[in-house]
This record gives sequence, C-alpha cells and structure tokens, in this order.
Amino acid sequence: MDLKDWFANRKKNNETAQAKQILSTEEYCALWISCFQCRELLYTRDLRQNLQVCPKCHYHFRIGALDRIEHLSDANSFCETEANLISSDPLKFFDTLSYEDRLKEANQKSGLKEAIITGTCTIQGRPTCLAAMDFGYFGGSMGSVVGEKITRIIELALEQRLPLIIISSSGGARMQEGILSLMQLAKTSAALKKLHDSAILYISVLTEPTFGGVTASFAMLGDIIIAEPGARIGFAGRRVIEQTIRQKLPADFQTAEYLLKHGQIDMVIERAKLPQTIANLIDLHSLDCHQPKPKAIAKTPLKTH
Amino acid sequence: MTTGKLPPLEFELPLANLNTQIEALERQLPNNPALEQEIFELHKQYDNLKRSIYGNLRAIDRLAIARHPQRPYTRDYLDRFDPDWIELHGDRHGVDDPAMVCGLLKLGDYRVLIVGTQKGRNIREKQLCNFGMPQPEGYRKALRCFKHAEKFNLPIVTLIDTPGAYPGMTAEEHNQAQAIAYNLFELANLKVPIISVILGEGGSGGALAIGLTNTILMLENSVYSVISPEGCASILWRQPTKVQEACESMKITAQENKDLGIIDDIIEEPLGGAHHNWNLIAKTTQNYIIKHLDKLNLENDIVEHRTRKFRKIGCFKD
Ligand SMILES: [Zn+2]
Repeated sequence: MDLKDWFANRKKNNETAQAKQILSTEEYCALWISCFQCRELLYTRDLRQNLQVCPKCHYHFRIGALDRIEHLSDANSFCETEANLISSDPLKFFDTLSYEDRLKEANQKSGLKEAIITGTCTIQGRPTCLAAMDFGYFGGSMGSVVGEKITRIIELALEQRLPLIIISSSGGARMQEGILSLMQLAKTSAALKKLHDSAILYISVLTEPTFGGVTASFAMLGDIIIAEPGARIGFAGRRVIEQTIRQKLPADFQTAEYLLKHGQIDMVIERAKLPQTIANLIDLHSLDCHQPKPKAIAKTPLKTH
Repeated sequence: MTTGKLPPLEFELPLANLNTQIEALERQLPNNPALEQEIFELHKQYDNLKRSIYGNLRAIDRLAIARHPQRPYTRDYLDRFDPDWIELHGDRHGVDDPAMVCGLLKLGDYRVLIVGTQKGRNIREKQLCNFGMPQPEGYRKALRCFKHAEKFNLPIVTLIDTPGAYPGMTAEEHNQAQAIAYNLFELANLKVPIISVILGEGGSGGALAIGLTNTILMLENSVYSVISPEGCASILWRQPTKVQEACESMKITAQENKDLGIIDDIIEEPLGGAHHNWNLIAKTTQNYIIKHLDKLNLENDIVEHRTRKFRKIGCFKD
C-alpha cells in the first residue's frame, strides 16, 4: 500500500468508527486504553489527537514510523525512498522459527516491509531527509535492510545537501542476520563521517526504546541528540546489567532524563514540540543564512614619541 | 612458551582416553613384548582419531578453543613481536583501562601502533582486565592512540579478543554506546592503513569498536559474532543450553566469516589450537600482518579502500 493511501484510509476508518453507535466488546476495547503509567482510562481518539501522549501524566506512548512521519512532516510532503528494499535470509537462520517466517510475521503484525521508513519531506517548510524506525516491526532491529536504508538516506542528504533527521526506536542488531547485522554499525557510521565532514546537520531523535547496535552507531552520532520524555535509551539492557553487577539499578536508569543529567544528550523534548524544535535547529544551522561580517576596527597609528 | 600438559577440552576427551590407554600399555611393554603390535595399532588409531577430530571441529568446539585459558593473549603477542615494545597509557581524561593495551613497536621492517583488548591469566589479572571487556574509557584510549598513529603516519594493527562491551552501570553512565559509535566514526576516516586480527573472541560492538579496518584477519579457531552464543541462545531459544544451535545458526567461525565476505584471510593455528605453541602462532600472525601491510601499501587511497569495504556489506533484495 502506498503511504498516501495509508493516510487516506486511516482517515476514512476513523470517520466510520465515529459514525457507529452500538459497540461490541472488541470495539469497546479498541476505543479505550488505560495509560501505562498513571492507569487513567483514555479514549483512543483523544489519545491519538494528543499524539499518543497521556493528557494527564504526559506518558509518551510508543508510536510507529508512519504516525511519526505524519506528525513531523508537512501534509503531503513526504516522498518515500527505497520502499522496495526487503530482507533476504543470507544465513538461512533458524531458531524456534525460521527467519523467513519471522519476517512474514513481522510484516503481518505491523503492515510494514521493514523496521524503517526513509524519505524526503518538508518540516515546517524546511526540506529535509527523514528516517523513522518502527519498533513494531521485528523490535525495530537493524539488519542489512535497515543499515542499507540508513546509509542511502545519509548519502542522499549528502548529495542534496539536506539536513538529516533520524528517529530511532530499536532493540539493537538483528541476530538472525548474524555478523552482517554487526557490520551495519560500521557501514552507517562510516557514511555519517562523510556527512559530518561536509558540515551537513544531522539531528538524532531517540525514542522509546533505543538500545544495542543502534545506540552504538548512528543514534549516538547526531550533531544534536534529542530524546523524548521517558524514553529508555542505552547500550546493554537493564536486566542484563542487573544480572551482571548483581544489584538493583535506580528506577530512572537509562531514561531520557537520566541521560540528560549524565551529559549524553542535548535535550529532552516533548512530542508536540518536536517539529518546531527541529525547524528552529535547522534554521540555526542553515548555511544559506549569512552571519554578520566582522566590523572593521579603526586603526590608530602607533605613537612613537 | 609452549604450555605443558593441558586438561583436554570436551571434544578432545576420546583422544585423551585413548592416550591414557596407550601410555598404560607402554608401561607394561618391557614385561610383555607381545603388546608391541597392539600398541602400534592403537597409535595408528590415535592418529586417525586426531585427524578426524581436529579436521571436523564444530563451531562450539572452536569457541572452546577460542576461550581456552592457555590461549595466548594480546600482551603475549606483543612480547613476541618486539620484546622492546613501548606501552602507551591512558585516555587523557582520567582513566587508564587495562583491558585495552596500546603500544608502539617494530614489526619486521614496519614501525606500527598496536591496540588490543587484553584478558587476564589469573584471578587478579582477570579482574583488573574485567575479563577482556573494556570500559568506555578503554575505547577512548584506543582512539587517542589511533590519532597519535595517524599524526606520525604509523600503520595500525588491532588485536581483538573480547567477549564484548561490559554490561555495567558506570559503563552506561559513561556512555559506552557513544564511545563505540565514535570509534567507528573516526576509524572510518583515519589516513593510515589499519589491520585487525581476531585472536580469540570477537564479541559484538566491543570488538567492532577497534575492528573497522582495511583488512580483517581471523585465527583459525577464533570466532566473530553479533552477540555471544550464550546471549543469542537465551534470547532466541529462551534456553541457555542451546549454545551449540546458536553457534551453528549465527555462523561465527573464521571460515564462515570468510565465506560471508566479512574477513580477508585466515591464520592457521598449530594442530589443536594456538595454546599448543605460543611462539609459532605469534610468528605466523606476524608474517600474515606484514604480508597484508605490504598489500595495503599498494592502495593509493587507504580511506576509500576501507569505506568501500564496509559500504558493500549487507544482503537484501532491491
Ligand atoms: Zn498517564
């Protein structure tokens, strides 16, 4: 399905849902959700209108790549790139299920072809390259396709000299592609180095959750690093660390706020303010805007006597 | 040092048992010359078994060799490459991580920087080196030395033997993800030739942090993987006992990594593993490094050579 169709379809579905009067239990459950943090019962339509942020406690629910793009980019401005890049199964990996079956399952669950969508768009009128990861597809894990799509969008940003925004949400490298997944850390970081040397702005946005190989590569290499409130971000998972050091970690360990306190990120920005913040940051780094020239200093002749 | 009698690894048990049997018979031989024929046959059987065991090592057997407590570590290689090697210490920001060793030395006709992860031999050393798992400061120390080598136009060799990055609280607080990412970022653009050798365990991001190099070599029984086989087993199978399955599925051996186009060459080990002859494996490794440094000298754009290598890695349908 084309992205534009997807947006149109969803709008239509919302309207028909509103038109219905009598509800089944299933429909009732689909209409109401309890906030994961404050347990408040929320009407899903209100929640969606509030960008999936709890109006009471500001808990930021996880959102998918398509919602993310819809929220960030100006209406109808998003043009998807590399939409047909899909995973193969180079290792013929099999755990309790085959990798191929897991890919099918991920596709059915999320409706996506991979754990990332890339493209160009405008954000409040500013042209950008945008990539959004989706935790709903295979835990947002990075295999060859995610690595390649990230690399290609970096290369596009370099070629078109456009600012790059990557929204990360990932459990880490995709084990089913073995060492090839690990090498995507190298590939994406090397591509970012070229972008960096060309002085093109890269803003990395970290969302719930961002871990492992994604954090240890492009996510932590932003010129500016923004995180969403409450998002959990780290390299190793909390449980693994607790098992290793045999002690309980502080409740706020690896949260966006904790990272801010420890000097790892530039800012924590709530979802509603993200487009404006990104637009402002782009303006502040725009190479088209000239800085004032240094004012000539009047020379006073040196007195010799 | 050639190590003395070593306890056999699990897959070596049939061989060890047969050897005990032969030794027992040989002790009786002076009193019973009729045993000679039987001993001769058993020796033949032993040689066949040895060839068949070491010729058909499974991934999990190689993992055991890669983790052998007597396997030579980074410092053992440095001492044999150049006994006069000079160690460089510290990240210049408050920490010197013993799990990351950096040194300047002569390697044949080359003057090089070697940076490697270090495991400990005894309990005290193991704790000091955090079992070969560097802290973020270790990766930053490595990068500081990489920059030094670049400034003086010295080729870099990295020696990798680490289970991976350390899942610890301060490691997270000191941003180990950023330390690894930043090494990748900077390694991509260093203006000198870089060669890495996986000596034992090539564990995930911790290995890659010094592994984005022009040429990657692996010792015959070393392993290189995206996650430890134990980690993979407990996540995907939800059973820590499925290590063998995880080893097979992830394709962690030197030959598999070569077939996947990740590494460039395999360094042969003494029969049974590098721990049987430290001097020999050090000499062989040195020869391989020099051969590949000679080869890289022919490249006129060493940065382009390196980035092109990694740009190509990935398998997908377009
Ligand atoms: Zn709430």
